[in-house]
Amino acid sequence: MASVFRFSRSINRDTRLVSIQFENQVIEAREGETIAAALLANGIDFTRKTPVNGQARAPFCMVGTCFECLMEVDQIPNLQACMIEVQEGMVVGRMYGPRNPDDDT
Amino acid sequence: MVGCTAQEILTMTHKSPLVIIGAGPAGLAAADVAGRLGIDTIVLDDQKSAGGQIYRGLSDIGDNLLKVLGPEYKSGRELVSGLEHASVTWKPQATVWQITEDGTVYYSDPTGSSYLQSEQVILATGALERPMPFPGWTLPGVMTAGGIQIALKTAGLTPEGEFVLVGSGPLLLLLTRQVLNAGGKITALIETTPRQNSFRALKYFPGMLKSRELLRSGIQLTGVIRKHGIPHYRHASSLTAVGKEKVEGLQFRSGGRMHELGCSVLGIHIGVVPNIQISRHLNLSHDWQPVQHCWYPRTGPCGETELSWLRIAGDGRGIFGAKAAELQGTLAAWSAIVSLDKTDQSGAKEMIQITKEKLLPLSSARPFIDCLYAPSQEFLTPADETIVCRCEEVSAGDIRSYVDLGCTGPNQTKSFGRPGMGPCQGRYCGLVVSELIADQRQVPVSEVGYYRIRPPIKPVTLAELASLHKQGM
Ligand code: FES
Repeated sequence: MASVFRFSRSINRDTRLVSIQFENQVIEAREGETIAAALLANGIDFTRKTPVNGQARAPFCMVGTCFECLMEVDQIPNLQACMIEVQEGMVVGRMYGPRNPDDDT
Repeated sequence: MVGCTAQEILTMTHKSPLVIIGAGPAGLAAADVAGRLGIDTIVLDDQKSAGGQIYRGLSDIGDNLLKVLGPEYKSGRELVSGLEHASVTWKPQATVWQITEDGTVYYSDPTGSSYLQSEQVILATGALERPMPFPGWTLPGVMTAGGIQIALKTAGLTPEGEFVLVGSGPLLLLLTRQVLNAGGKITALIETTPRQNSFRALKYFPGMLKSRELLRSGIQLTGVIRKHGIPHYRHASSLTAVGKEKVEGLQFRSGGRMHELGCSVLGIHIGVVPNIQISRHLNLSHDWQPVQHCWYPRTGPCGETELSWLRIAGDGRGIFGAKAAELQGTLAAWSAIVSLDKTDQSGAKEMIQITKEKLLPLSSARPFIDCLYAPSQEFLTPADETIVCRCEEVSAGDIRSYVDLGCTGPNQTKSFGRPGMGPCQGRYCGLVVSELIADQRQVPVSEVGYYRIRPPIKPVTLAELASLHKQGM
């Protein structure tokens, strides 16, 4: 049986709907939730590929500790998707491999 | 700030007698004490709202969610009001990345990097979930129980499809209840508590009896699991998460035979340990706890440390839970205030005495819980193929081979294969690497030690550092 890694919106939070862009698709999110939560609710099943072996990884701790949720947010690489709240029109992409040191400056 | 000298900036915005790091139960209780006395206090926390992970999202939670999370969660409401005092400044989304030996606290928030000078600092950075490494734990879909709980608290989410929970400890059982209350489904609950733990814990049971509240909630939780007819496996071992691109199932041994359950989300948890990232970075002494298998920073009765300006309160000092953390926050605040010499000393000392007495019954249940939920050996010294350092993809077998090549401690492993050098800076491998080395060398973990934690303790960009220079540093 193929498994789907997805979360349901079990409790309605009544916050405003926002749209964010994730790798050429528009996904729906609720104001006040983190990018990581929005991705879980949309069945996006990995957030980055590791620099060493190219393994897929997805949000793991949701509290900013594990750094598995590193993503590119509005063109800034290596941000923790579990620490940033969604905003209308935000553009989010997966991280593939290591960070480019030139991006730091 | 254009036109100010560096000195002016310091006195105008960057000085505070008391700085509290962490706005969970301990930090909030400390802020409340200081606030009531009108002492200028700055509270920093890396989250957007106060409450810590335990009361996460409390300030803007809806009534439906409040019902699901239970009465314990609601009790955090009052605590958050500790930030409302006029003399208390709340800085959300502020990540501390360095503290120097004179008590200067460096942090970044959405406006850039800044620093604070303080006379007294209270460290209340709480706990982290203990790493639970086993083959396959890096697959997408394997998440910590704490992480799944955060998705519920902050976004009302529960796992879809086959959801299996595995591990041990009070949080695992609490999450079970909360997911069910939210209308979510749980395919199976698999407890990994070794059989012998119950026998070992038995002698501490009288202490547990003193804490009625804990006992009652424990019994209630077991009832809920039974009522919902959730398949419940005990004393499970030999865990492997299977799947290609993401988790598809869990293999384990229980009741004398192997099982395999399909799952799309696997929640894992084997307790929490103090977050010692800052206390390690400050080179404080830490003592190895042989039962809990983790480090506690060395502290005095009010959380005093080897640095006269620093106190530690809450789970970051040792795992005693949210209620004890509140009282420890209160204790640390009164004791810091005595040092600041800002109030009537005898009154403060009386408050310290009263708070200490309230703490006693909360500590008495701990030996039982610690012993019962002591992690099983397979997660302390996992099988060779298990990835231990998730960031740099170093396996348990790699660590063992470094020891065979003459590596004696965790800091040396870094030159063999970079474990602990990724962005999480050892938060998810530090304990395991020390255990593996100790086991391979056949010496106590206390002799092997822990990673040296160097600043910045959270990644900071060069741009953020540059913004600091603009402020005259
Ligand atoms: S999920 Fe662990 S840091 Fe974001």
